[in-house]
Order: sequence, then structure tokens, then C-alpha cells
Amino acid sequence: MKTKTVKRRAATSPRQPAKIRQQCLYVTEPEIPPNTGNVGPAKIWQLRLYVADHTPKSLEALSNLKKICESQLKGRYRITVIDLLKQPQLAKGHQILALPTVVRKLPKPVRTIIGNLSDTERVLVGLDLRAAD
Amino acid sequence: MKTNASKSTAPATRLPKCATGIQGLDEITGGGLPRGRPTLVCGGAGCGKTLLAVEFLVRGAAQFGEPGVFMAFEETEAELKANVASLGFDLAGLVQRKKIVIDYVHMEPVEVQESGEYDLEGLFVRLNHAIDSIGAKRVVLDTLEALFASLPNEAILRAELRRLFRWLKDKGVTAVITAERGREQLTRHGLEEYVSDCVIVLDHRVVDQIATRNLRVMKYRGALHGTNEFPFLIGDEGISVLPITSLGLNHKASNERIATGIPRLDSMLGGRGFFRGSSILLTGTPGTGKTIVAANFAHAACRRGERALFFSFVESPAQIIRNMHSIGLRLEPLVKRGLLRFHSARPSLYGLEMHLATMFKEIVAFQPHVVIMDPITSLMDAGTASEGKGMVTRLIDYLKAGQVTSLFTSLTQGGPSLQQTESAMSSLMDAWLSLQDFEGNGERNRVLYVLKARGMAHSNQIREFLISDRGIDLVDAYIGASGVLTGSARAAQGALEKAVVLADQQEAAQLKREVERKRKALDRQIGDLRSDYETEALELRRIAEQVGTRTFVLGTERAESGRLRQADAKVAARTRGKPSPEKIN
Repeated sequence: MKTKTVKRRAATSPRQPAKIRQQCLYVTEPEIPPNTGNVGPAKIWQLRLYVADHTPKSLEALSNLKKICESQLKGRYRITVIDLLKQPQLAKGHQILALPTVVRKLPKPVRTIIGNLSDTERVLVGLDLRAAD
Repeated sequence: MKTNASKSTAPATRLPKCATGIQGLDEITGGGLPRGRPTLVCGGAGCGKTLLAVEFLVRGAAQFGEPGVFMAFEETEAELKANVASLGFDLAGLVQRKKIVIDYVHMEPVEVQESGEYDLEGLFVRLNHAIDSIGAKRVVLDTLEALFASLPNEAILRAELRRLFRWLKDKGVTAVITAERGREQLTRHGLEEYVSDCVIVLDHRVVDQIATRNLRVMKYRGALHGTNEFPFLIGDEGISVLPITSLGLNHKASNERIATGIPRLDSMLGGRGFFRGSSILLTGTPGTGKTIVAANFAHAACRRGERALFFSFVESPAQIIRNMHSIGLRLEPLVKRGLLRFHSARPSLYGLEMHLATMFKEIVAFQPHVVIMDPITSLMDAGTASEGKGMVTRLIDYLKAGQVTSLFTSLTQGGPSLQQTESAMSSLMDAWLSLQDFEGNGERNRVLYVLKARGMAHSNQIREFLISDRGIDLVDAYIGASGVLTGSARAAQGALEKAVVLADQQEAAQLKREVERKRKALDRQIGDLRSDYETEALELRRIAEQVGTRTFVLGTERAESGRLRQADAKVAARTRGKPSPEKIN
């Protein structure tokens, strides 16, 4: 993968706007991998957040997502933020309609949640984190 | 420029239109869809919404140099390309040449979880990107309502749709949005609420087992448009709408006359036949020879080197050729030379508008000078009466515009209703010939009238119509005290007249002979009399001579005796006994 990673950025500066590089990125890297929890083998969750520009909704979505991930998947997740205004062709390629959209690329199967993720309960269901709890 | 289009609607200027290139639709809408505005196309399943939208894009890209974006919510790009390829649209080629972008929007509602607020900015981004990538002027959203199935929050969706249409207008693209027909409203989800500029309703219904597609421009803000329902059809060149009533009456009128192929008929029509570009109706009961007159007309056209197109709805080409051969009309060489073309189809093969479109296509391809429809009545049976009349109107207008002379045969049931039933169609026709049967003396005879012929002197006389193996002949019917006589009655009357003349001649000859005989008798009598006279005259002379002789003899005897007795009586006796014969005569 061509994506560059920035360690701990999510943890240190949650309000910082997503930084877009060549392909698709603002990425959070898990805090040091070792298996810390009860969630089974140390699998890295790959999440993509699609937004268009830094609208309030997209910022909310990002912070909500991070909050949930921090509480549920601490250290085992990676969020890639994709700004469709910068890379509009990805909207077609990834079949995105509604924004913001979160796509769980890994683990399979792919799951999709739309909205600013204010309803935590539904995010947990959507990401299939309920069972993990 | 883009935004100009939607704003430049000053009262004086006409609303800018975006030509669709779809046959007939631009006529109805007076130039096309409103430029820079969205148009809603709604209708039930399978009535041609997607096709209309695709054709709008394809023609825009190929004919008007306006690239387009097709956003498909139902069919994938590959499906779409394959589906329209059968209609002759090279969608794949246009996509390759970057004239059209197809964006297939795939949504699987089951996998999507909703949490909190969202919008459809992703759709906007996609659309915007697609439009900008090729500089699109036209956009199709097919079928936007699929969104309702996959996005649970209707409130958000409706707000976003409103924003979408606004955005499309601001973008200055001419958009076509298709939607499924709803039960009580135009569209299932009330999209007409957002698209208020132009609404086109498509409809596919079956009447008398014949399916007809109809198109109606329900609403067209700021422009005049035909509000009627127009039949349309999907042929192998896409959609064609047939605006029956919207055409103007402004075709040229030719002064050129063309022969009918029946010299006597020409002379009934002022001696020179029909006008070129006129429409001719030929009505007749069964078996009166309509097809024969029609074939003669076609034959005459081909003999002049013109092309004739013969639409037959009851007979196959081979059958017509064979039948016409029996009356001495050889059509086959003309077919081989490409001057005559037959097109045979059963009326029930497809709906009326399909027939019409097929005929148009044939006419465009063959470019005929003369078109024959035999018979138009069985074709009209394929639709309702008003549809039939509309079709004939359309056809005649079309042919007249191209200066094509058309001859329509029409099968009538006969009887007093004949002229009534045909009156509807006759008003469209420039000339009307009527073939009828005359029944009498145990036989049927064909007669022909010229009921009307606009713009030319024509005979008001009935003509008997004879068909022999040498073709058609028109003869004067006998009109006398006992009415019109045709067939053997006419022949009998002719014979009778001949007999009378013959008798007169014979009588005269006899009289002449009699006179001659009398003259001869007279001559003979005169001869007889003369000979009688001559005989008598001869007799008289003989007698006179006898008398003379006797007198002389008597005189001499007397003188002798006198001398014997007295010598002095000698002189007196001699003068008395000398008579001259001339004096007696």
C-alpha cells in the first residue's frame, strides 16, 4: 500500500483536519500492536471515512468514529479519510452516494454506515462490534 | 453561458430549447426540452423511459455535439450498452470517445447502516465530476427513485432531491429524470413536486389486443406544446413519436399531371390524369377491380421511369404479380429493374404506428414518386377509427410534403352507407374514384365514376369498366329511358340499334330495286307501244298502197272500159286515182 502512516496522530490531535496525500489519506495508525484486549487475535481494523470537504458533518463523523474506535478497538484500527472533493473519481469507484460514509474494509465482510455517526449504538451494530463486546 | 440559459427567459425571447433529435418529439415540444432545466419522464414499467433518456443523450452527443452523463441506478454500464446496441446506438463507442459517461450507482440497502445525519453530497460529487470530466451538457438520472428503496430516511432524501434539481439548474445542464409511474400521482414518490419545468408521460396500453405506446407532454412551463397523446414506437432506430395533429398544411401544389395508365380514365380527368403529389382515393365493393386500377397506376409510373412503392395488406407480392399478369400487366420486369417495390404485411402484424413507421422507413429508403396502399381500410382496422384517420392524415401530409402521389384503395361494404362511411377519409383526398357493381339481368358489371377531382375538370359520366386479358377498358354505358345499361344489356341494346339500321338499309335497297324494276317496265312498255305503232304505220302504208293500186287498177280498168266504150272520159279518171302517201301519214 502506498499510504503513508502517521503514528498517534489521532490520539494527540483529534480536531486536526484530515490531511490528504496522493491517494487517500489521513490515516490513523494503531498504537503499538501487541494484543491488549479480549477481541481475539490482533487484527487491524481498516476503516475508511468518506467526506466532502471539512463540513461540520464530516468533522463530527471523524471525531465520533475515533471515539468509538478508541473505546472498542484501541490500538487495532486504522482510519483512512478520503475527501471526495479532492478525489472525486473515488466516489464512482467506491460507489459512494451519501456522505459521510464509513466503510469497514477489514475484517470482511465489507460494512457500510452512513451519517455523522452520532448514534453510537447503530455504529456498533453497523460495524458489527456488538458481538465483540 | 450555462447559467445564462436558465436565466435568459425574458418575456419577449423564446425559452431556449434543447433538441432531443428524437423523431417527432421535437415537433411536439416546439424544438426540444427546456434547455438548462430538468425534465421528468415518467411511465410504467417497460414503456420506454430509459430508452428515451438514452436516445436523448446519444443523439445529443452524436448529432448536436453535446456530451452527456448517464447516471444509472438500475442497470449496469454493460447491461445498458448491450440493451441499446440493439437499437443501433453506439453507446460503447461514445463512451470510448469520451462523449458520454456512464455512472452506475450500485446500492445494496441491506449492507447500509444509518447513524445520524447525512446528505447525498457523494452523489453530487460524482455527478459533478462526471459532468466536468467531459464538459457534459446533458444529464440523465435513471431511475432516481431507486434511492428511495435504499436510503431509509425519506426526509433527508427529499431535501437532497430538491437540492439536486436546484443544483442541476445552476449547473446549466439539460437533465432528464426518469421515474416510475405511481398509482395516484405521476410518480411513485412524487418527484413531480421537484421537477416543475417539463413533464413527459409515457404510457403503454393495450386496446383490442393491440399494444400502443403513447407519449404526452403533460407540462411544459413557458412554452407552447402539443398536449395530445401521441403514439410513439420503438423501432430499430430508436423512438419515433408520430405527431398526427401538429403538422401544418403548407405543402406545395404541383401543376404537373400524371397519367393513370388507363387512357380513357385520363380523358375523364380533363384529359391529362391526376396532379402530381395529390392523394387519390379509390373506393369499391369487393371484386370491383381496385387493385387492378392501382396496379395500372403503378405500372404507368414505372413506364415513365418513376419509382412506385406498392404497400399491400392483403396479397403477397408474388400473388399480385401473377394476378396482374392475367390481365396483361407485366410487373415483374419493373420489379427487377428496381422501379417497382412491393411491401406486404398483414395489418395485424403490429400496431398502427408501427405500420406507419415502417412505411415511412420504406418511403425514405426507396424515394418513390408514387405510393399505393392496397387497401387502406384493412390497415385502419388495426387501430381505432380515430387512430386510423389520424394515421392516414399523417401519411398523406408526409407524402404531400415530398410531392409523392398516393393512391389509396378502400374496401367498402356497398349499399347506401357507402358514401357516408368514406366521407371521413374523403375530405383528406384530392380525388375520389368510385368503382361499383351494377347488378341486373342476372349479371354483375363494374362501373366507374369520378366522384371528385379537386382542381380539374372531370367527367360526371358513368363508365363501364371492362377487364379483359388485354387490360382495362372503359366504355360508355348505355343510358336510356330504362336507366343505365351495362354488360350484356348494353350489348343487347347495341345489337338492337344495329338491327334497326340494317332493316332500314334493306328497305331502302328494296325500294330502289322496285323503282328500277318499274323504270325498266316503263321502258319496256314504251318499246312495245313504239313497235305497235310502227307495225300499224307499216300496215297503214301497206293498205294505202293497196288502195292506191286498187284505185289505179280501177281507173285503168274504167278507162279501159271507157275507152272501150267512150274515149273522152280518160283524163278525169287519171287525176282522181293518184293519191300521195305523205298526206295520209
